[in-house]
Amino acid sequence: MLFLIIKRILLGFITLFIVSLITFVGTEILPGDACTTYLERQAFGEQLEACYRRLGLNVPAYERYVSWAVNAIQGDFGYSLSGEMPIKEVLGPRIKNSLVLASAAIFIGIPIALILGIVTALWRDKLPDVAISTVTIFAMTIPEFISATLLILIIAIWLEWLPGIVIVPTDVSFLELLPNIILPVIAIAMIMTAHMARMVRSSVIQVMASEYVQMAILKGVPYWKMVFKHVLPNALLPAINVVALTIAWLLGGVVVTEVVFNYPGLGRLVIESISNRDLPTVQALAIILASIYVSINLLADLMTLMLNPRLKTLQIRK
Amino acid sequence: MTVNSIYKEEKKSAFQKVSEVIITMASRPSGFIGLSILVFHIILAFISPYIAPYDFKAINPTLMLQAPSAEYWFGTDDLGRDVFTRTILGGRTALTITFFGSLIALLWGGLLGIFCGLVGGKIDDIVMRIVDAFLSIPWILAMLLIVSLLGTSTEVLIPALGFFYGKGIVRVARAATHDVIAKDFIVSARARGHSNFSIIWNEIIPNVRDAILVEGAMRWSWMLLGFSSLSFLGFGVSPPTPDWGLMISNARGLMSFAYWAVIAPIVGLSSLIIGINLTADAFAKALGIDRSTKAPV
Repeated sequence: MLFLIIKRILLGFITLFIVSLITFVGTEILPGDACTTYLERQAFGEQLEACYRRLGLNVPAYERYVSWAVNAIQGDFGYSLSGEMPIKEVLGPRIKNSLVLASAAIFIGIPIALILGIVTALWRDKLPDVAISTVTIFAMTIPEFISATLLILIIAIWLEWLPGIVIVPTDVSFLELLPNIILPVIAIAMIMTAHMARMVRSSVIQVMASEYVQMAILKGVPYWKMVFKHVLPNALLPAINVVALTIAWLLGGVVVTEVVFNYPGLGRLVIESISNRDLPTVQALAIILASIYVSINLLADLMTLMLNPRLKTLQIRK
Repeated sequence: MTVNSIYKEEKKSAFQKVSEVIITMASRPSGFIGLSILVFHIILAFISPYIAPYDFKAINPTLMLQAPSAEYWFGTDDLGRDVFTRTILGGRTALTITFFGSLIALLWGGLLGIFCGLVGGKIDDIVMRIVDAFLSIPWILAMLLIVSLLGTSTEVLIPALGFFYGKGIVRVARAATHDVIAKDFIVSARARGHSNFSIIWNEIIPNVRDAILVEGAMRWSWMLLGFSSLSFLGFGVSPPTPDWGLMISNARGLMSFAYWAVIAPIVGLSSLIIGINLTADAFAKALGIDRSTKAPV
């Protein structure tokens, strides 16, 4: 058990190490670097040399990687090129804002997804299922920027209930941020809830068809007691992993949603730093977003391990 | 079942098999709707240049932001261009790029997955670690970086999309290969002295093909979503080419008084994505593959 957990954590670190290599090598082989972008047409001769020296780009790539990685582990990602300020300071409030957005969407999304998934599974192919499933297909497939745009059009412009775009400084306090995040949270929660509800539905359906549930029915266990005691614990366990993967996958969607609502989070920073060819910031963002992905997955794996009694006695799964 | 009937089943031509799958798909209401939408969009993509009533790039300042009328069915946009013309043309680039992108994703993802599943051991471990690492980098960050540095031409977009959407297929193909490889008929093929190539081609590929194809169909809809998001962010198709993602992002700023310019491309893009999704779902069901418990990675 302990061995499994340590192994999983180690694997996570190896993945992050490879991610750092990929982003570093990737930004190396793609044409253009910080200095040619920064100097534009004057990028030759003396000036280019001076710029390389100033940014420390004149040493071999592997040396730069090592020093960058050593600093990154300590939370120091160097300086951003556009604003010439430490990336750490740029990232801090952005991460906070994005976390507020994402966690609000997750906390609203998961209970709704559970309820919808269980209802659709228990009333499979009946009216509630057909109605909810149709809506989930729409919510799931329509791109975030479309649902976000429609939300702004209907709720902010036509009904004038809520502000359509977020016009607040990056380091705003939580309370001031609150009315601004309602629409973005709905946009993200909608697609996430739809994905999760679908998975919960098929997971519950699978368990309902299993032999021990049939046995419980034959024994005359009351329906709701059977659902809560025998079906749900077994159905929701495998769903944890899938839910984690979905949340991680939606990081990309959060980027787009933030742009639509002009929300000062990590997503808008991604677009800004890429438009400015601010490669140090892009590298830092890649590592941070990948760490979020890896830790969500790790958390889900550990939760499944803790909750599943069968895996506790299992030594090593190969 | 007699030996004769098994034999007959194997003799079915590829055409018969394909048409059988399509009939099964269309027999469910959701599959029928999905297929119809998809076929409609594909036909539209082929004929739209011939039926478009106006020039998609003709700018006319006197016709700015006209509401829908008999002359301009969907109104005009902020440059006085006909929204109807641009909407029916708007899916062509996206459909073409994502179709070829999915094919590339299918090929490299499928082949690498089968290879990893077959060889196992160290090579498999290393490749899967790298695939995992790529999976944990958000696709949007990687795509934006590539596109911003290499440009938004088709020659960049198709391979880049194909690469980034293929890494999930590697895992599916690998898992499917693992399932097949333990079966008796592989052992007997080995015993018959078939070469590795013959085993891969005749035994493994036919058995993992369905899973990979379904995965590819699903990727197509995600890739379309991803590509449109890129266009929306200004990193996809470059103007004045009509593209739904780009049209939505352009018309969005003015939608408080010209909602038609944003609604038309929204309907176009949403219907296509829903169509492909429903088709892929029906395709999976027709082939007996349950995808609903899988995460969209």
